[in-house]
Amino acid sequence: MLDAVAARLPRGRPAASVLPPALDRDQGLWLLGAAALTLLPHLAWLPLWTSALCGALLAWRALLLIEQRHPPWSLLVLALGVAAAAGVRYSFGHFFGKDPGIALLAILLCLKLLETDSARDIRAGVFLCFFLQLAVFLGDQSLPVAALALCATLVSVTALNALADRTADNRERLRVSALLLAHALPFMLVIFVLFPRLPGPLWGLPADAYSGLTGLSETMSPGSISNLGESGAIAFRAEFDGTPPPPAQRYWRGPVLTAFDGRTWRAGRALESSSPFYSPSGPRLDYRLTLEPHNRRWLLALDFPAAGLQGVLHASDYQALSSQPIRTRSRFQLAAQPHTAVGIDERRQALAAALALPAGYNPRTVALGAELATGAVSDEAVLQRALARLRSAGLVYTLRPPALGRHTVDAFLFDTRRGFCEHFSAAFTVLMRAAGVPARVVTGYQGGEINPIDGTMVVRQSDAHAWTEVWLTGRGWVRVDPTALAAPGRIESGIAAALPEGEVRPLMMRAGLDWLRTVRHRWEAASNAWNQWVIGYNSSIQRDLLGRLGLDRTDWVTLGGAIGVAFALLLGALLLWAGRQQRRGDRLSRSWALFGKRLAHKGLARESWEGPLDYGERVAAALPEQADALREIARTYARLRYGPEADVAAAHRLHHKIRKLRLP
Amino acid sequence: MSNNDASRLLDAASRIILGKEHELRLALACLVGGGHLLIEDIPGVGKTTLAHVLARLTGLQLQRIQFTSDLLPADILGVSVFDRSTASFTFHPGPVFSQMILADEINRATPKTQSALLEAMEERQVTADSQTLALPEPFFVIATQNPAHQIGTFPLPESQLDRFLMRIQLGYPAAEAERALLRGEDRRSMLARQPPVIGPAQLLELQRAAREVSVGDALVDYVHALLTATRRDGEFSAGLSPRAGLALLAAARAWALIGGRDHVLPEDVQAVFPHVAGHRLHVAADGRPAAPATLTRLLRSVGLD
Repeated sequence: MLDAVAARLPRGRPAASVLPPALDRDQGLWLLGAAALTLLPHLAWLPLWTSALCGALLAWRALLLIEQRHPPWSLLVLALGVAAAAGVRYSFGHFFGKDPGIALLAILLCLKLLETDSARDIRAGVFLCFFLQLAVFLGDQSLPVAALALCATLVSVTALNALADRTADNRERLRVSALLLAHALPFMLVIFVLFPRLPGPLWGLPADAYSGLTGLSETMSPGSISNLGESGAIAFRAEFDGTPPPPAQRYWRGPVLTAFDGRTWRAGRALESSSPFYSPSGPRLDYRLTLEPHNRRWLLALDFPAAGLQGVLHASDYQALSSQPIRTRSRFQLAAQPHTAVGIDERRQALAAALALPAGYNPRTVALGAELATGAVSDEAVLQRALARLRSAGLVYTLRPPALGRHTVDAFLFDTRRGFCEHFSAAFTVLMRAAGVPARVVTGYQGGEINPIDGTMVVRQSDAHAWTEVWLTGRGWVRVDPTALAAPGRIESGIAAALPEGEVRPLMMRAGLDWLRTVRHRWEAASNAWNQWVIGYNSSIQRDLLGRLGLDRTDWVTLGGAIGVAFALLLGALLLWAGRQQRRGDRLSRSWALFGKRLAHKGLARESWEGPLDYGERVAAALPEQADALREIARTYARLRYGPEADVAAAHRLHHKIRKLRLP
Repeated sequence: MSNNDASRLLDAASRIILGKEHELRLALACLVGGGHLLIEDIPGVGKTTLAHVLARLTGLQLQRIQFTSDLLPADILGVSVFDRSTASFTFHPGPVFSQMILADEINRATPKTQSALLEAMEERQVTADSQTLALPEPFFVIATQNPAHQIGTFPLPESQLDRFLMRIQLGYPAAEAERALLRGEDRRSMLARQPPVIGPAQLLELQRAAREVSVGDALVDYVHALLTATRRDGEFSAGLSPRAGLALLAAARAWALIGGRDHVLPEDVQAVFPHVAGHRLHVAADGRPAAPATLTRLLRSVGLD
């Protein structure tokens, strides 16, 4: 009796048969796809063995799935897990911190998939995927990584979808997932705009984390800049408020090198002040500079920075400096006044430093300098003579200069005669000093290319340059670019034009690859927009934006409330939309509605009560040229809609046919 | 092919009754749908001829009952007569025991007589003297009725009208068809020469095929929306009953079969709706059957997606 009653009562746990019996192929492949896409951006930093292990585990699982074999024993999985944990401990030295943590999670995800055979396991796998997609952004927030993470999210949602509905076809599953993510989009935007931002980076990273960044250095020796010439990486971007300066004026000042030891040039001592060491005059160019991190303080401002710039320190060698090394992509509002005269009353000490030459180096150049100086009426005359001399010396500009001996300047000027900008500027500076004219090397960037897509000027590492400044009585420091003597095109149109015929150019500089450059322009414009609007959205921009929206207080409570209100509004709007969607019906109905809509443009709107065949006859009579196609569509729709058997493929073809239908 | 049978029947019928193809098709749908037909029109437009044509073409035996005000139920159903030789009552079947009955001017008889026939139609059997006798298969009644406003008629009550699957009107023939009719030979003699197109067995087969015509979910939704619309519409004393909904589907199935399809489309429902719903819906204000314009308005108030 009691047994009979008990049998009728619902069981505490669902019977085993309620759960799907096993992972089916589609579900499994979606899940594996989600895991593979999730791990893909992590490959950039994971240790090689971890990536290889993950790849092998996923491939193994795929093989088991395709051959419909059972997952391996759980003991083996456990052993693999322990071994992998030991490997992580060995590779990273510890378990703490995000990198070993993520590496361990990545391996555990792959191991989990290996033993996954139930709905619950699939869900666990997908949620792990979601977490790992989030974790990618702890290391890299660039556009391609975000795009990959989005794809991975889409596939993960589809895997969940496949779990929920075993009957739908994959195309439909993907469509539904995309729709779901689209629903999430407005919520994401609300959180993006309103979620409180922390000032400064979220993760405190050790300073040496930035040591690997490329860029100029504080020293220059032969070959140091020509190495940069091969790199197409972006150094910084500039957006000018007015017309950008002509190429010949695009000198972006970096370290000024005064001390020379015979081989290496080093920066001299410079004073720093919040106001410039000159009185800026002449026309003013306003621009915004977005620096890629280079872990140095220099801002690479255009000559010569105007007064009163926010967050800018001025050095006595006319560099603009930031108070802190640039470790994240940073924007500066800058201005330049290129026609300013600088250094007319330069300190004696500085001038003396700009005349010093190491003893016992480059005797031939020193002799040439002395020769040029004899009988010259002024430093200016010496300069002109030196320029004329170099112009006739047959010097060749090249990215691949030959090796130089102990007397680097002598070897370049008199023997090899082939060099890059650092050779030219160093040789010219030494020559001027030998002739008794104060001179120094200025490094930085010269040029910059306007991206036609968004109009920003992009300056790359390959635009790195070195030139000379000489001090003339009454005129102060004057820029002289000796590279222009051998390769005038370098200044006007960049390296590619200046390199001699026949020299192998870096990939992006080759002629005939215009399409590739266009692709790069587009890509960089997109990245720039991403950096400015998404990554660059920080607490101060948030405060500005919310202030303009009338939210003056940006504390957690206010923002939390704003997020709540926005979510409620969005949910209401979504519910309304969903209600209307339901009335709009399924795919077949939408196809039919599209048919009616397209014909409505021809004045043949379907009456709401009009049956498909009647409508088909009516429009066929009105458009005799398309009569057959129209009748066929109407007949097919009627059959699919009201006929006894459902035919997904035919419905798909019908949709295609309606879309492709040519109406007069 | 049952569809072929239907179209051959239709072709043959339209050669005799000119210019009435739509009405013939409706009548045939009613026959194939397994229901009874009510023809309402003035005398002389071919109601009787239609009945004769249908009976002749399908090979059914036809009995005509002329309804008059003094007709009694027994005149239709039959009587039990005392047989002296056996000293018991023997039942003499009336004209209702026939495959097809033409009940002419049914609204001239008294309600009692009317209901005798209508009950037999519904039950498909006759009970007399505690004896139940089945009516033949197929069993098809065509009743004709003069417009209700004519003198000396007993209009059929609403509940009885429901027994007819369809009600049609014939109306005057179109000009061209009428001229051909006037010029041509006598319809009766034409009919006498016309051999049956199908037999009763094939007609039963057709009726079975009609019941198997498929009705999809989308169409059920549509029919339901139509029924709901008649109930929500304020103009009628009552909306269509579920039985009327079934009748509508049966008629639409037969219509689809005649059209050569194995599934019902909204067009089929729309084609038969005025004839299935017309006599079942009564205007609340004056109790008259719904006018064709009202039925069209109803149809157009229900959208399809």
